[in-house]
Formats: sequence, structure tokens, C-alpha cells
Amino acid sequence: MTETLATVLMYVALAAAAWAAVLVVVNKPVQLREWHGLWLYGVVALLELGLLAQLVVGIVKMIGDDRQLDTLAFLGYLITPLVVLPIAGLWALVERTRWGPAVLVVGCVTIPVLIIRLRQVWEAHV
Amino acid sequence: MSELATRTRSGPGRLLIAVYAIFALAATARSAVQLGTHFSRAPLAYLLSAFAAVVYIVATVCLARGDRASRRVATVSILVELVGVLAVGTLSLVAADAFPDATVWSDYGQGYGYVPAILPLLGLWWLRTSGRG
Repeated sequence: MTETLATVLMYVALAAAAWAAVLVVVNKPVQLREWHGLWLYGVVALLELGLLAQLVVGIVKMIGDDRQLDTLAFLGYLITPLVVLPIAGLWALVERTRWGPAVLVVGCVTIPVLIIRLRQVWEAHV
Repeated sequence: MSELATRTRSGPGRLLIAVYAIFALAATARSAVQLGTHFSRAPLAYLLSAFAAVVYIVATVCLARGDRASRRVATVSILVELVGVLAVGTLSLVAADAFPDATVWSDYGQGYGYVPAILPLLGLWWLRTSGRG
């Protein structure tokens, strides 16, 4: 796996989660018209792009590697964060209370977990 | 859209449904991989994973729909989930031989930060809270 990309994605996801958590604490919904909402979703969009890049890199590495790998699990952990993030983003946006950013906290925290599992699957191969 | 449905899926309900959706996805993906690639290694554990996945999907969809009938189905599925996590959690500790590989509910959901054990309690609490008109 691309260690650097994975690590950067984990930190960006945690930063977005922390930011969303601040919105929960100060009791604000996600508002794209406000700088705090717009920047949050900018970071989320970047994160999604990064996850897409990770998927491409991951598939290329998987094909170029002839060791034994749990392919299905590996692909699962590559694709799942890519799906979770936009759905969490939309689900957070329709909520007009502080529970909106709370959804985003959960969605963003899921990503480092999935990346850690992705690494474990990659390193487990022999 | 009824007021009850809106109430069920708003506020804390929004977060609850998001967490349920993630578990539905996680359990489905996990059991699909387990059943598809090495079913014979731990049939009981993998079938329980698949069962858990179905329970999470039903709970997620019914909470998101939020009408009276859906809420009833959600209550039942969350009760099944609670019984499941307690039963599988206990079994996986006392009869570890039957579980050579982990399920979502093994060791009371330890692999998932014990969220599987807490989630049904939160679900039942929310159904109760949002049900009061």
C-alpha cells in the first residue's frame, strides 16, 4: 500500500471529524453558506478524491503483486470508505440541527478504521 | 410524510441511523467475504455474521422510514439484535471452539469497540423517546 497517502488520508479524515465535532459542540448545523460548513465540505471533497486515488493505486498494486492476498477483503476496504463518506455527507446535510455534523463525525472516524484494516489485509499477505 | 416519521429520523435519530447504516454495511461486507471465500472454516460464525447483517439492514431501513409499522419492525429487529449480541457474545467466550473466526457480535462486539452492544440500547431508547408525541 502507499503508506504516505494512507497516512495523510487518515489525518485529513480525523481533522474533518474534529472540525465537525466542534460544530456539534457549538450547536451549529452544517451550513454550506457559512465558511465553517463550506470549508468542512471542501475538506470532505478532497478526502473523497484522495480515497479515489487510493482505490486506483491499490488496484494497480494488487495487480502488480503476485503474492497471495485476500483480494475480496482488500477491495472491500478500498471501496467502502469511498461509499461511506458521500452518504454520510448527504445525510449530514439534510439535518438542520447539531446532529448533522455528528453524522459527519461518525462517517469521518470510520475512514481511518477502514484504512487501518486495509493495511492489515495488505500486510497479512505472504 | 408523517410527523412521526420525520421525528424518528431527525435529531439524534439521524445519527443513530447513520451508525446503523455503517454496521449494516460492515456486517454485510464482512459476511459476504467470509461466506464467499472460506465458508467451511467457521460455518456457524459466518452464518451468524450474515444473520447480523440482515438484522442491521432491517433496523436501518425501518428507522429511516419511521412510520408506525416500520417502527414496530425496527423494535423487533433491535430486540433480536440485543439478544443476538448477548447470546453470541456469551457463547463466543464460553464455547470459543465453535467460533474459530470472529463475528460482529463476538465478545460482545469487542472488535467494533463494543458499539454492537450499546447500539441496540440506544435504538430502543430512541424509539421510545421519539414515539412520545
